[in-house]
Amino acid sequence: MSDERAPRRRFHDELEVLQERLMEMAGIVEQVIGEACQAVLTRDKSAAEKITATDYRVDELEMEIDERVIELLALQQPMASDLRQIVTTNKISNDLERMADHALNISKAARRLADTPPLPEIRELAEMTGIVRAMVADALAAHVSRSAGKARMVCITDDKVDDLRRSLFRILVTHMLEDQKRLSGALELLLVSQNLERIGDLATNVAEDVVFLVEGRTIKHGVEIGGPRERPAS
Amino acid sequence: MSVAAGPIGSAESAFDRRRRRMGGVFAVLCAAATLVGVAALGVLLVDVVIDGLPRLDRAFLTSFASRIPERAGVKAALVGSVWTLSLTALIAFPVSVAAAIYLEEYAPRSWVTKAIQTNIANLAGVPSIVYGILGLALFVRTLGFERSILSGALTLSLLIMPVIIMAAQEAIRAVPSTIREAAYGLGATRWQVVSSQVVPMALPGILTGTILALSRAVGETAPLIMVGAVGFIAFTPRGVMDEFTVLPLQIYSWISRPQEEFRRLAAAGIIVLLALLLTMNAVAIILRNRAQRHS
Amino acid sequence: MPTTYDIQLGDREPALVAQGVSVYYGEKHAVKHIDLTVPRNQVVALIGPSGCGKSTLLRCFNRMNDLIGTARVTGRVDFHGQDLYGDRVDPVEVRRRIGMVFQKPNPFPKSIYDNVAFGPRVNGIGGDLDRLVEESLRRAALWDEVSDRLNDSAYALSGGQQQRLCIARTLAVRPEIVLMDEPASALDPIATQRIEELIYELKQEYTIVIVTHNMQQAARISDYTAFLYMGELIEYGPTETIFTNPREDRTEAYVTGRFG
Repeated sequence: MSDERAPRRRFHDELEVLQERLMEMAGIVEQVIGEACQAVLTRDKSAAEKITATDYRVDELEMEIDERVIELLALQQPMASDLRQIVTTNKISNDLERMADHALNISKAARRLADTPPLPEIRELAEMTGIVRAMVADALAAHVSRSAGKARMVCITDDKVDDLRRSLFRILVTHMLEDQKRLSGALELLLVSQNLERIGDLATNVAEDVVFLVEGRTIKHGVEIGGPRERPAS
Repeated sequence: MSVAAGPIGSAESAFDRRRRRMGGVFAVLCAAATLVGVAALGVLLVDVVIDGLPRLDRAFLTSFASRIPERAGVKAALVGSVWTLSLTALIAFPVSVAAAIYLEEYAPRSWVTKAIQTNIANLAGVPSIVYGILGLALFVRTLGFERSILSGALTLSLLIMPVIIMAAQEAIRAVPSTIREAAYGLGATRWQVVSSQVVPMALPGILTGTILALSRAVGETAPLIMVGAVGFIAFTPRGVMDEFTVLPLQIYSWISRPQEEFRRLAAAGIIVLLALLLTMNAVAIILRNRAQRHS
Repeated sequence: MPTTYDIQLGDREPALVAQGVSVYYGEKHAVKHIDLTVPRNQVVALIGPSGCGKSTLLRCFNRMNDLIGTARVTGRVDFHGQDLYGDRVDPVEVRRRIGMVFQKPNPFPKSIYDNVAFGPRVNGIGGDLDRLVEESLRRAALWDEVSDRLNDSAYALSGGQQQRLCIARTLAVRPEIVLMDEPASALDPIATQRIEELIYELKQEYTIVIVTHNMQQAARISDYTAFLYMGELIEYGPTETIFTNPREDRTEAYVTGRFG
């Protein structure tokens, strides 16, 4: 038994475990989003079932993180960057759980889509899935590398996602008007685009949380407040 | 490191037994030492009381000394002791306490102060006869007080002042610094802190030290002989400039006579002296309790 | 270089302004050139690891360091535009106007009444002493518990009550500023809580500077927090910033418990 312990070793061990859980959750969610998007593009029916099973694990992790966060706050009186880390972990886990739900919705839409007459290829759809998946990946990477710069870039990308959704809307409406048989298919794709947009918003949330974690600055809802903690932008 | 299991007392070792025995032996030795001291004191007291009690009567207390043992009494010596003691207390107490207050609260922590402290401690150990010589030269001759109670009291004061000063300093030092801090923190001046907090708290200790010093003074013989207390006085003093005698001196002079009867007189005188001492100590305890209760 | 920011004075003159204050104990440089402004009617907490000089700095504010022979104070402490260490400033009056509560409750060995009355008596504060005593005890949230036994010895009170008595005693001389040196560290949690509530109320009338080694306490009760380390002022700013997003790495390390 060494007496040379770093102070608050138990606390830091607990923080590490919390971080691990969040990373596990992030990995799963990134994966299911990818699977769901892929299912839409390839008209795959089986993804929905797989994703449903994985979603249980995500919910489990979210509840575990909630519990650990409460415990750490009550018992360890965290301060400064430890406090910000714990609070943002809580928020990010909530956002990740919702992302997983949206991914599940997308996969179910894909399943229903497979039973409808196929639509002509829509370039914007692939583009949107690509951007949203990249946003999620970048936001999570920014969290791991504690990079506020990278996180801010994610926030900027959100506008593009909104534009794409509006374009997709117009395209799908056109399809629906052109050919009655395409109605159900187009409606499902509409649903998919809405869920994708929500995932993009959630990725932006995560990015904003990362900026708070790193700089102590809040950049939500279009404003920037909070004390600057000068750190080199990385 | 093995951990003992089982109820208490079930795992006693030779080591435990030995240390327990040592403890017992030590306790017995301490008790024996106490007993020896107490027994010695007891034997002395019993001896004195047996010898002196029969001689102790009203006549004894109210008669003056005489060459005829049956008519001799302790009046002059008793009154002389009381006068001398009172005057000594009057002189020594204020001066000593003031000196102690100065040394503890006002004097800067310099080498001068340290030198004074050391010298006071040394003075406390000087043999009383030296004070007698000093008193003779200074008070009796130079200042012209001749052989009087004043000379005697001044000499005794010099003798006991170092003791009182040291005791008073201890008592003042024992007052927690937090009390002083609190008083200063409220905007009190140094004098206010000393007079309204430090001295009242130190008073029990100061009084105890004073009474102990006075108890010593009451039994001093040699310096008073030097300063002129005589063995044969037939009157009680009317003023501080009068000649005088004190109890220890009277006892001594009786002991020096060959007749058996004078021995009994001496024993009776010792009882009176002891009674005086006990009274003084009782007064000290009462005063100390009063001072402690007020705090 | 210390980082000081966001100290809001409003339109009121500050209660105290320390400029380049240093304290030497013989050769040892215990407090190093500290600049610190204490806003009026606020609670300023001084935090830092043991031996960082926070108590020493606190004692500069009411010239209590004068009582320590080996201590030497340089620099300026401005109070109403006057340097407390100026030539003709009487430390006795300084201490009346800037009071102090100590770590261990130290009531005098006198009655509750006499404890509170001591300050006014030695300072010659006239008027209705009974009323002054009652007022002070009320302000210290102790009146209800002792009003029927004012002549009892102060030592009959519990630790928490004794500390509130010491606060009442300090308030009785009507100071402007109350300095507190770890006032609750010797008390149990309930008594601590009462003292903290009391500080919050006292803030309205007095300015309070408190030294504490309990970070959570500083976080709970103070408006501004100053972090000292090895005699230097490292960071001084609004409490919520110090504890959620401090600017200095050393502050961050201390408040997160990585050292101290």
